Amino acid sequence: MAAGKEIRTKITSIQSTQKITSAMEMVAASKMRRAQDRMEVGKPYAQRMRAVVGHIANSTPEYRHAYMQEREVKRAGYIIVSTDRGLCGGLNINLFKSAIASMRDLQDSGVEIELCLVGAKAGGFFASVGGNVTATVKDLGEEPSLGDLIGGVKSMLDAYTEGRIDALYLAGNEFVNTMTQSPTVEQLLPLKAEQNESLSHHWDYLYEPDARELLDALMVRYIESLVYQAVVENGACEQAARMIAMKNATDNAGELIEDLQLVYNKARQAAITQELAEIVGGAAAIG
Amino acid sequence: MAMTLQCDIVSAETQIYSGLVELLVATGIEGELGVCHGHAALLTRLIPGPIRLVEPTGEEHVYYASGGFLEVQGDVVTVLADTAVRADDIDEAAAETARQNAEEALANQQGEIDYGLASAQLAEATAQLSALRKLKNRAGRG
Repeated sequence: MAAGKEIRTKITSIQSTQKITSAMEMVAASKMRRAQDRMEVGKPYAQRMRAVVGHIANSTPEYRHAYMQEREVKRAGYIIVSTDRGLCGGLNINLFKSAIASMRDLQDSGVEIELCLVGAKAGGFFASVGGNVTATVKDLGEEPSLGDLIGGVKSMLDAYTEGRIDALYLAGNEFVNTMTQSPTVEQLLPLKAEQNESLSHHWDYLYEPDARELLDALMVRYIESLVYQAVVENGACEQAARMIAMKNATDNAGELIEDLQLVYNKARQAAITQELAEIVGGAAAIG
Repeated sequence: MAMTLQCDIVSAETQIYSGLVELLVATGIEGELGVCHGHAALLTRLIPGPIRLVEPTGEEHVYYASGGFLEVQGDVVTVLADTAVRADDIDEAAAETARQNAEEALANQQGEIDYGLASAQLAEATAQLSALRKLKNRAGRG
């Protein structure tokens, strides 16, 4: 029964792995709910902010902010929002793939890339792939705070203001539903004006205090809120992806155990049959 | 029909108010300002202070914002507050303690206190109290 014992050990070890993955699945499910709430709560602010900035982009302002001026793109910045931990399926790698595809397009036309990485996974990936990394932010935890992000975002905004980069992109996962998360890359800077028929005439705001001071503050707040929202959304994606990955792992472990159990039963049966045959054969020889 | 405008107050944490109002009074960086139907497009910074709304039914609401932006565009007024709370929810005792602490900190400056921080705290606590006072006055009149 040597083979039988080996199989038993293997089954026990898979069972304990299954316990761990199923526990992780449940933890991820409960964390996902909280992460989703956090994402929903921040949405109205981001939407309103977007609307206001959209209006500004459509207006004919006395002072055109640097963030609204298109210039020739020689260097581009990417903020890549990844997770801090692994075991969440293809979430990060799919994101990196689409980010790299978008960078390739730019690099082909001779644009240099600078990176700001959020999350430990992006740090590890781009360290091995190579890339010009200007800032990294990691260990954000379950409840990312705006304060932790500001440093990284500011370094990119400063680079834009000083002319070291001419465009800024944000790559992160979009939470479609629990089963689906899709990687997206959107352009943050320069701001793209949305077409709005009702605002097509020439008009401008009254600014209090002056336009420059106000827009500077508002634009920074706008970019920060977009990045924060992306990080929160990526958090929800992470938990959802982990939940699905762990559910699959649990199911696979179950199948593996079933298969091994079958092999074990067969081996046991064969051994018994063989022993019986030996006994019968022995008895016949004596008789 | 009364002249109304759509009002949305959102903070980074949550949506606080959304509905039609007749008048909105907020504390801008250059003083208090009122917004009615037909106001010109405006963009301004807010400082810590109360925001008062008058609904078409005559009902009034007071909120407290710790700063942010106010936008008027067409018949929509949007307040992007840093943090905002209903004035009823402000804990008066806590606000008063915070104000006293900040005042004390400013009074006995011994170098190690961050002057900027203390005066910001004082401004905020005073603004919260003023939002509360406004709320109480109204209750007294009504």
